[in-house]
Amino acid sequence: MEVVRGQKWERGKLAPGALDRHFFEAAARGELLFQRCPACNHRQFYPRLLCTACGANPVWETASGRGTVHTFTIIRQNGMPPFKDLLPYAVAMIELDEGVRMMGNVTGCAVEQVRIGLRVEAYAVESGEGLAVTFWRPAR
Amino acid sequence: MSRDPVIVGIGLSDAPKAPHLDSVGHHVQAIQRALADAGIEKRAIDGYLCAGMEGGSAEAVAMAEYLGIDHRYVDSTMTGGSAFEFHVQHAAAALRDGLCETVLVSYGSDYLSRRGRSLGTGAFRGGFAITGPDLYQAPYGLSLVGAYALVAQRHMHEFGTTSEQLAQIAVGVREFAGLNPNAMYRDPITVADVLASRMIADPLHMLDCCVVSDGGGAFIMTTAERARDLRRAPVRVLGAAGAQTHWNIGQMRDYTTSAGAKCIPEAFARAGVRASEIDTLQFYDSFTITVLVMLEDAGFCKKGEGGAFVEAGHLRRGGRHPLNTDGGGLSALHSGMRGLFLIAEAVRQLRGEAGAAQVPDAKLALAVGSGGFLSCIGAVVLGKD
Repeated sequence: MEVVRGQKWERGKLAPGALDRHFFEAAARGELLFQRCPACNHRQFYPRLLCTACGANPVWETASGRGTVHTFTIIRQNGMPPFKDLLPYAVAMIELDEGVRMMGNVTGCAVEQVRIGLRVEAYAVESGEGLAVTFWRPAR
Repeated sequence: MSRDPVIVGIGLSDAPKAPHLDSVGHHVQAIQRALADAGIEKRAIDGYLCAGMEGGSAEAVAMAEYLGIDHRYVDSTMTGGSAFEFHVQHAAAALRDGLCETVLVSYGSDYLSRRGRSLGTGAFRGGFAITGPDLYQAPYGLSLVGAYALVAQRHMHEFGTTSEQLAQIAVGVREFAGLNPNAMYRDPITVADVLASRMIADPLHMLDCCVVSDGGGAFIMTTAERARDLRRAPVRVLGAAGAQTHWNIGQMRDYTTSAGAKCIPEAFARAGVRASEIDTLQFYDSFTITVLVMLEDAGFCKKGEGGAFVEAGHLRRGGRHPLNTDGGGLSALHSGMRGLFLIAEAVRQLRGEAGAAQVPDAKLALAVGSGGFLSCIGAVVLGKD
């Protein structure tokens, strides 16, 4: 996925532990990761030390970065900075083509165009210290 | 039979606005009123449970010290706003097992007076170092209302549920609030009023959202045998069950179904009752959609038919299953964790003390708490002795 670099990051300081750091460092390289269980093939997100289905140790997989809006909302009231200056904006649960779901903002279109079923693609935005956060926009 | 769990006292603190009380003050006032209601001496309490959102008033051991309760059974289970339904389940088991004889459950919050009306629209952990699962949610600015909006949006998509149908829930609950002198908002509203109110997070309008108030409550449980010596007719805990499907909204497995689909039928089975027999519903109405999802999960109608069920007026005053007869969290009282008030109102109904809001000859009440983001659901079936 594309990585947007050098933009000012104001959405909070990410303080990931080792496992989470791996995910955010990969995003900064343009790779979107999720986990799969080698024992039972269960796929999961967010990353964990164990498979939530069978308890075995999951491995990382790279996602295609494409997915579909499963559900969403348009936030029209939020008093917290920096979000109060970004209103209105869309927050969605994206169902990746690989089957796991991730939360994210859908950008790059008017909020009125966001709908369930919309095809989207991931991009990453640098958040400092070699990490990047995933966002989504309508698939090209 | 003799160790069957019963509720013998309830108390509510000053609400909905009580700037003279802090959170501990709400606990204390509600406890004093519950003890007086039950006719029980404080020293008889040997089980204590509480939950809350802040420091000292959230931890049962800290509160037990402050209150001077020498307990044999203690529990700080925190499942969010449904904690008190889980507490009923735990206390009932402890009473049956002889771990204690007289249990106090309390809650208090000065949310409105201390923090103002910010509940529900604030971002998750904004501006702080983000760790753990928050890493995958906090950067996106989802609000608390927005979290429930994700559920409402999906429900509308899958089942054609409308904003008008959701609004009916708010309208019906407001009618009951009009009968409660302590309700935060009492003037009647219409479906049009709900739809015309400000959109907070699509598709949820301001009037789809609960109020922010101060308030606390307490109730006292004991065994049916012990209750024989007390002044009040006991209310029986016929069945209680709880379940969890997720904690963070981003982990909800099915955005139209809560853990209530598992635990509400279990509570019915334990009580030996069917949904159709329930006389009044006390459901956690953090948002209109919360009620709709749990109503379906409880089996009052099929999944997806909640909108039509509500539209038919079944939850209204005079309907089959009047909902939130104190005016609910939507209009009357919501100080952050409403679960305790559901139990108190169910008891009031079963005692026949609900005045103008009384459901005629109410014999069975169902209290369903929702904690987190439809994450942890606790169901309690209460019955008249």
